[in-house]
Amino acid sequence: MSLRQCLASTSRATATKTRPRLTKSLCLPTLSGISRLCPTGPAPVHVRHASTLPQRSDRFNKLTKSHIGELRKLVGSSSSILSTLDGSATEDDLKTYNNDWMNKYHGKSQVVARPRSTEEVSKIMTWCYENDIAVVPQGGNTGLVGGSNPIHDELIISLSSLNSVRSFDPVSGVLVADAGMVLESADGYLAEKGFIYPLDLGAKGSCQIGGCVATNAGGLRLLRYGSLHGSVLGLEVVLPDGKIWNGLSTLRKDNTGFDLKQLFIGSEGSIGIITGISILCPRRSSSTNVAVFSLSSYEDVQKVFSETKTHLGEILSAFEFFDAASYALVRRMQKHHGEEPKKVFEQEGDFYVLIETSGSNAEHDEEKLTNFVEHLMTSEMVLDGVLAQDTTQAHSLWSLRELITEACTKLGAAFKYDLSTAPGEMYDLVEQMRARLTEKGLLKGDWEGDVGAVVGFGHMGDGNLHLNIVAKQFSEKIQDVIEPFVYEMVKEKGGSISAEHGLGSMKAPYIGYTKSETSIEMMKQIKQMFDPKGLMNPYKYIV
Amino acid sequence: MRPTLPSLIHILVPVKRSIDYAVKIRVASDQKGVDTSVKHSMNPFDEIAVEEAIKLRERSKELVESITAVSIGPAKSVDTIRTALAMGADTGIHITTPENVTVEPVSVAHALKAVVEKNKYDLIIMGKQAIDDDSGSTGGMLAGMLGWSQASFASKLEVESSGAVKVTREIDGGLEKLETKLPVIVTTDLRLNEPRFATLPNIMKAKKKKIESFKPEDLGLDFKPRMETISVSEPPVRQGGQKVESVDELISRMKSAGVV
Repeated sequence: MSLRQCLASTSRATATKTRPRLTKSLCLPTLSGISRLCPTGPAPVHVRHASTLPQRSDRFNKLTKSHIGELRKLVGSSSSILSTLDGSATEDDLKTYNNDWMNKYHGKSQVVARPRSTEEVSKIMTWCYENDIAVVPQGGNTGLVGGSNPIHDELIISLSSLNSVRSFDPVSGVLVADAGMVLESADGYLAEKGFIYPLDLGAKGSCQIGGCVATNAGGLRLLRYGSLHGSVLGLEVVLPDGKIWNGLSTLRKDNTGFDLKQLFIGSEGSIGIITGISILCPRRSSSTNVAVFSLSSYEDVQKVFSETKTHLGEILSAFEFFDAASYALVRRMQKHHGEEPKKVFEQEGDFYVLIETSGSNAEHDEEKLTNFVEHLMTSEMVLDGVLAQDTTQAHSLWSLRELITEACTKLGAAFKYDLSTAPGEMYDLVEQMRARLTEKGLLKGDWEGDVGAVVGFGHMGDGNLHLNIVAKQFSEKIQDVIEPFVYEMVKEKGGSISAEHGLGSMKAPYIGYTKSETSIEMMKQIKQMFDPKGLMNPYKYIV
Repeated sequence: MRPTLPSLIHILVPVKRSIDYAVKIRVASDQKGVDTSVKHSMNPFDEIAVEEAIKLRERSKELVESITAVSIGPAKSVDTIRTALAMGADTGIHITTPENVTVEPVSVAHALKAVVEKNKYDLIIMGKQAIDDDSGSTGGMLAGMLGWSQASFASKLEVESSGAVKVTREIDGGLEKLETKLPVIVTTDLRLNEPRFATLPNIMKAKKKKIESFKPEDLGLDFKPRMETISVSEPPVRQGGQKVESVDELISRMKSAGVV
């Protein structure tokens, strides 16, 4: 498509909506038939939602029954290929692969491949490359942005059967494992040896370590253990043409050329399939403590954060915050289930903070923490608080924070946003969104409006806010009030429209709110270099 | 004429510092016990006991005069007593034992008897068993030593100002209701209540509450063990089962295994 044609179609597309701050737009060739305004500023015209997905590109061939026969010859076990095309599976069997976790995206793939080794992944990918078949690499399928399920009939390559530990060095703490290992299993393996996986998230029982690397998952412990960009030491990747790149190093330091693995970390399956991971695991702390506080204002939350870093410094392993609306939502969900939630605070507040410490000396940590909480109470930075007296109580306190996501999904239709800004400005986003929805008459009283609740919570320590708008049901009207307003708010603060959830299918059109033209151009060049046929997870990420 | 007010009751709550409920137990390298270098906390049944004592006071303010938490154990048992104080107990008693010495249930019962004889108590609420040894015998032995009534596995407790006590017990096959009167030993079962969290203001208040400390000799006690643990080992690893395709195959497998 020439630039002229592109700009021509662009101007047709922008007819209805104009934004004051739109300066220049650059249209680049897309894989699908629909031209999309690639935003450098606001106003993406084509607002992506599950019901308005890009058309299937005819660059990719359609799979047929004879194709399945060829595929089966490449793998060792017949159960490794499931397909509705040859009757080895029904549509129902493929549902968990085709639909995303939130049941928002419904793919139409007819073939799921479950290779059992890196070689099999490579054979399948080579075959797909030779036959122009689009592919979706899939781990635990727990992503929240529609990045791990097919948009149309892409062949699904599931890593679930590649799930063993390859090696572990108990001196250096380096674990080498298959990408399909479930996060909780990997952590369980390490726990026996006195180590911990440097990543923890709510989906740990289902998500896979490969998927976590592909999405550069953040999680609850980033504050302490850093991001995967720091802890991953090496990767084994099957490239779009089927070639296996063995970059599995166990070296902590190696400055010999471009650090290629960094490209794949967070690449969301767009330039290769991660099949093996080498990761540096810290020692597991023998002593963990959890405390929760109620506070009266967001300023106090920030003060407490500052004090916590000062007094608890090296033993701090998590600092989460949530607002009164989030707390109320969890309570509401528990009551709906007929549970009588256990009383936590004598004095409730407008905000809550959860602190976790992890150290190697129980007495030292407990003393530090006890002195610190006394300090918080006497200086009146907190209204009230609770210190867990045993592990069961610690889990119970964590669930106040961890159940918020579930409560949002169970009590209505949740519009989820994962944003990052400077910590001091995070809560402005929640207040501005509430104001907007109230102004439009959508948010009023106690669940009287179409929108029941607007909640803000997240990884305060990382400047990462989860903003959820829980509506009674999904409606385009509500969505149009929320988007692109939410992205514009974030852009104004120079923040990220997707702190840790990634782009996937849902946020790909909005990348321009956070990244510049030049950045996007460079990303497209990288994609083109690795995947000239565009077979790898199309319609998503960098489009 | 006004009726004489019954005297207020004094409650004693023994609490034990045991390995945290959520910790995965491992056999110690000498095979004579388990690895104790892990997280410890108050025995969950004792937590329920403390909670019940506090609830009794909350239900009828004129009933309870004092709640005392007592623990028999090494230095760190003080933390467990402090937890009880933070939940709402008034004072603590700590009978110190040397580190790494297991105190047997009968010794605990003797120690508690000594405490009861030293001060006056009307009601003892204790856990039905400790989750480390699961012996479940201290409550019964103590009742025998003191000659008090006992009501074990309580799932409901009512104490009236007249001194009448009504206990619902969980037994195989259902619930049993007992009526007795003070003094009583009640041992707690899981469904009695849900222990509260220790809130910060209470944790801070607890620091100022008194804990009296005694050495075993001070009370004329001897914690020398009467039992010797010969060995502790993990249960054998469970072998996976196998599926067979037909009855014939089942029979032939059973024959070759020598069971038929």
